[in-house]
Amino acid sequence: MTAYHPRSPARRTAVTAAAAAAGLLLATGCGAADMTAQASPYAAAQGAKSVTLSVQSWVGAQANTAVAGYLLEHELGYRVDTVQVDEVPAWDALSQGRIDALLEDWGHPEQEKRYVKDKKTVVSGGENGLTGHIGWFVPEYFAQEHPDVTDWKNLDRYADRMRTPESRGKGQLLDGSPSYVTNDKALVKNLGLDYEVVFAGSEAAQITQIKQFAKERKPFLTYWYVPQWLFETVPMTEVKLPEHEEGCDADPEKVACAYPHTPLKKYLNARFAENGGQAAEFLKRFRWTAEDQNEVALLIAERKLSPQAAARTWVERHEDVWRPWIP
Amino acid sequence: MSTAGHTSTPAGRTRGTARPGNGNPTPPPGARPRPATGTLTSARVVLSGTGDTRTAGPSAGSGTPARPGSRSAGGRAPFTRHVRRRLLPFAAAAAVLVTLGLLFPGAAWPTALDVDLSGPLGSAGDWIIDNRDTHPAFLYFFGHISNTVVISVRAVYLVLLAAGWTGVLALAGLLTWRLAGVRQAAVSVTAFAVCGLLGMWIPTMQTLALMVVAVAASVLIGGLLGLAAGLSPRTGRLLAPVLQTMQILPAFAYLLPVVLVFGIGVPAAVLATIVYAAPPMARLTALGLRAADGGVLEAATSLGATGRQRLLTARLPLARRQIMLGVNQAVMMALSMAVIASVIGAGGLGDRVYQALASVDVGAALAAGIPIVLLAVVLDRTAHAAGERLGARPAPADRPLLWQVFSGWYGLLLTVLAAVAVSVAGRMLGTTQWPDTWTVSVAEPVNRAVAWTTGHLHSGVPVVGGTADWAAAFTGWVLDPLRAALQGLPWWSVLLLVAAAALGTGTWRTAVSAVTALAAVGVLGVWDASMDTLSQVLAAVTVTLLLGFAIGIGAARSARAERLLRPVLDVCQTLPQFVYLIPVVALFGVGRAPAAAAAVIYALPAVVRITAQGLREVSPAAVESARSLGATRAQLLRQVQLPLALPSLLLAVNQAVVLVLAVVIIGGLVGGGALGYDVVFGLARGDLATGLVAGAAIVCLGLLLDRITQPAKESKA
Repeated sequence: MTAYHPRSPARRTAVTAAAAAAGLLLATGCGAADMTAQASPYAAAQGAKSVTLSVQSWVGAQANTAVAGYLLEHELGYRVDTVQVDEVPAWDALSQGRIDALLEDWGHPEQEKRYVKDKKTVVSGGENGLTGHIGWFVPEYFAQEHPDVTDWKNLDRYADRMRTPESRGKGQLLDGSPSYVTNDKALVKNLGLDYEVVFAGSEAAQITQIKQFAKERKPFLTYWYVPQWLFETVPMTEVKLPEHEEGCDADPEKVACAYPHTPLKKYLNARFAENGGQAAEFLKRFRWTAEDQNEVALLIAERKLSPQAAARTWVERHEDVWRPWIP
Repeated sequence: MSTAGHTSTPAGRTRGTARPGNGNPTPPPGARPRPATGTLTSARVVLSGTGDTRTAGPSAGSGTPARPGSRSAGGRAPFTRHVRRRLLPFAAAAAVLVTLGLLFPGAAWPTALDVDLSGPLGSAGDWIIDNRDTHPAFLYFFGHISNTVVISVRAVYLVLLAAGWTGVLALAGLLTWRLAGVRQAAVSVTAFAVCGLLGMWIPTMQTLALMVVAVAASVLIGGLLGLAAGLSPRTGRLLAPVLQTMQILPAFAYLLPVVLVFGIGVPAAVLATIVYAAPPMARLTALGLRAADGGVLEAATSLGATGRQRLLTARLPLARRQIMLGVNQAVMMALSMAVIASVIGAGGLGDRVYQALASVDVGAALAAGIPIVLLAVVLDRTAHAAGERLGARPAPADRPLLWQVFSGWYGLLLTVLAAVAVSVAGRMLGTTQWPDTWTVSVAEPVNRAVAWTTGHLHSGVPVVGGTADWAAAFTGWVLDPLRAALQGLPWWSVLLLVAAAALGTGTWRTAVSAVTALAAVGVLGVWDASMDTLSQVLAAVTVTLLLGFAIGIGAARSARAERLLRPVLDVCQTLPQFVYLIPVVALFGVGRAPAAAAAVIYALPAVVRITAQGLREVSPAAVESARSLGATRAQLLRQVQLPLALPSLLLAVNQAVVLVLAVVIIGGLVGGGALGYDVVFGLARGDLATGLVAGAAIVCLGLLLDRITQPAKESKA
């Protein structure tokens, strides 16, 4: 169907009529079909008001979506659909209206320019309250034994101990999913380090590998980010890179400085932000802290609760936090 | 995911008629594609490129038309012919390549000979994104396709939801019963009930809705293409290479362009699935039409039948078996796409698996993976049994009364009515969707079991060492040297090696296409990454074949071993790889080793099945006479059974190569690097230049490997 939210019964009839008309037009082969006004075929089968949220592959994003979805369903009476999609394609889907909101964006200037400034199909939904930071990390047990490892200048001294079969005789710097923002290849080259960037290809593989290393108390060096629930199970210490200065990462080939601290933002589909009613208002107000997110993320990732169950647990405990979000 | 695996899924049993082993090498008339080889036929047809209609067993069916251009089967080629066929082209290739090599020395592909596509592809991607909402091509063409898909999927989904679980169970049971008998009906009802018990009812219905639409479209499109290719030899020749390429194409490679045009969501997923599932349908339909018995057609003509009458009353009915097999194939291929398509927003079961992967939750992934396996098994067995019944058609009087009532068009109506009645009854009892209380959580015990296993196998196992040590050894002693060799050899010598290999197994045409495919990889500018991927494929194929032949030989000897293996093989073939990627990483660490391990798991069942099947079909007379001459079991195996089963073994090699390539790409998700990572990168970043080039390179590698491994069996068959 071609409807947009929210759907009142009268509107629905109109929409059904429109769909029938569209079908007719299709049969005759004329008339335009706007793919941006298309909802998921699974959406709102019961005729309820519906919202489609995107989930990114990291658990923190799952936590955002789970809590927002839970409250939308139970406090505001929406039906919530979630779509698993990586960040960059999520921007595209947001622009097309396939999803209504992206709740945690780590900074994509190129997409922001294209969709927010130029095409005006996406609007900012404000910050989600978290500050993201990417960095290089070593496990705490190793950093305690060798305190000097936390300065990048000393990393080469430990390259031998970080070697794996995949690192081509150098130390291994473990990178994650290709969808994540990373300058690591350029960093290793420009800082002249004796390390090889090994891409795990997905965050799941990276986490599994980190846990396996930690179980055997082996040293490792990994690309990682805060806020992240894994710190609760595998405590890690950040390695100091040359300090970040404004604009030092402008040229991706010449980066030789640390990653910035980025306030994480929410983005909404422009049409949804306009006509989304309570749901849009709620998502604009959604704002919490790293502790809150980690609490939910841990329930999902470590206690293996379903995202819904984890969200329920958090919602029951923290009414003071979420009450102001409800319009 | 891909291809042939599913061809030989649960179907390939020596069930029913015409068992091999009655000492009669020619199949009985009327039962041409023997059920025993039925799956193998499909396996070959589906995967093998130019692979023609021959049944896989050594006793090829009689009604096979000679392929145009195939070599005459005359005795041993005289020396001069050998020279003309093999040495001459090789010398020519060597001359050309060595000259080029002298002009462009060095190991890597010369930059002078490559074409940088990143500029045009990048701007093409940008153009699509900028014009997608306004350009007429999107508004008037893609938009309508997209809307049609959404409306149809939604319609099916709403019907399934409206039927409720009682209605769906009843419909599944009754339909299966009509098509395949009581036992199958029980199996399918149980399977659907298990989907509900696992708490996956709604996702199962979503996947089912998507599958119904995708399969219907695949069957329609594939059927039409097949009709065209089967009736007109020229169209057939034109379509053959296209279909063949589409089948080698790993699904991951073409997700990106589909997503760019249609955006994330169900339409993109459905279309990707159709691209994947339609080719086998087309090929099998064409095959069935072409293989129609000339005598029957002649008779029909002489009775004054018009062209259309001949098609409708003789040719299509004669091709019924192949067409049914094609439908079966389309179903299996579509299901195997269910999870991969979730990467581009298919929703349903695949999405559950994918989300579980993100939180490293193997148990939850398995809970969503099991319904996929069950759907695959149920649909495959039903289609198989239905296909058999279509062929048989016993006298109506033999049937019990109830069955007679339910047969024919009447019966179909009655079936639907009965299902509706049950559905309404369910509604009146106040239950539509599967009750929440009737669910069992398997996630936790599975996670505990996986953690225990990986914990204990990872390192420090006495005598054999842990899996981590194996992975290190495999990477250090096999993968690294192989990669170093392929990347270190001068580019022209790799091409020359390929030419030699292709000439060794096929004709100069094979060699030309194989060398062209490899050269295309170089021209695309991804030579190094491709050599890396190639080294992974070769290593994984070697392991697969060693294990597969060993297990296959064991399974061929003991019926009990085969029975025990069957469910394991079924699960290995249909379980989405995403489910076992995580345990594999836990065991082998991030890198190329887990990618190879996943590939072996996926490709092994096909190799085992084909090997066992081939060995079992060796003429008992030959075995008996060898035994009476005093051959030991080892001698028997080495000197009689293996040589006679050679065509099957070669087919197994071909299957292994294509299947392994498909998974090595998915290995990009667990640190396999190379082309697989590039494809994943392209998808994750919406980067058409990286993703599409890597995808094209994969296709070239697939063609190359298929060409080299394939003609061999034809020359021996």
